[in-house]
Amino acid sequence: MAVQDKYAELLQAAKDLGVSNLSVAEQAGVLHVAGTAASTTSYDALWAIYDKLDPGMASGDLMLNIDIKADAGAQLQVTTDATNLNIRSTPSTDGDVVGKAAHGEIVTLVEKTDDSWWKVKTADGEEGYAYAQYLSPM
Amino acid sequence: MKLTKISLVAALIIAVAFTSCKPKDADVQAKIEAAIKADASMAGTTVSVKDGVATLSGECKDDACKANCEKAVAAIKGVKSVVNNCTVTPPVAAPATLTTVLDAATMQKVKDGLKDLKGITLDFAGDKAVLSGSVTKADRMKIMQMLMSAHVKSDVTKLLDK
Repeated sequence: MAVQDKYAELLQAAKDLGVSNLSVAEQAGVLHVAGTAASTTSYDALWAIYDKLDPGMASGDLMLNIDIKADAGAQLQVTTDATNLNIRSTPSTDGDVVGKAAHGEIVTLVEKTDDSWWKVKTADGEEGYAYAQYLSPM
Repeated sequence: MKLTKISLVAALIIAVAFTSCKPKDADVQAKIEAAIKADASMAGTTVSVKDGVATLSGECKDDACKANCEKAVAAIKGVKSVVNNCTVTPPVAAPATLTTVLDAATMQKVKDGLKDLKGITLDFAGDKAVLSGSVTKADRMKIMQMLMSAHVKSDVTKLLDK
């Protein structure tokens, strides 16, 4: 229970913020928390609590698998630092670059291929896979 | 005159006897609270007693627990009836993915995710991605989010703050 106690504030916040499909389990000293946050704001808030409870997030005692609610057709903002986001033919950096989306541009979600790669479509009609980390549901 | 006195005393005795026979709400409440304290499955339940009616509130883990709690309280002397306002907390499901596998595809995902971040060295040891170098606070957050969305365990103890 020690790990659950450590992250009690995070679990409470996940409930309060209405994280759906929230699931919590402890295995071999690692707390696994999964669910779907309703918004990017909720997602950021949960991660901020994680960073606060475990400064530097270096303890390795939490797997926080929270995604942000986004259905096909949802608008996603490109959140690269400043550069363009590559849109590729396959869900891997091995895939050919078939398009680019500028920093801050809005693209449309086609499907969540997996947790790391999402299929998106740009306003220009370019369709392909982009790294989910750089896409924020609006 | 004497008779009135006797009957008055008798009435007084009867009145006192009746009151002392009827357990006080506070005493009943204390008894119930002690019972709740003694039973771990009833933790989180609170009670208030008025005119012998015990009203339960709080959270129970399931319906059986709620029913048992009510039964236990009803059996306590002095409880006329029980109003069970306890709510059942829905169970929290276990995540589908508890295992973390570091296969070639997952390693590639991690490499892809770190591609644009300069000054970071990535190694794989056992089932962990081992990162070293120095990062900004914002980048550290991004890295951790990327690793966890790829279901990868990590060792970031050598990843220093810029």
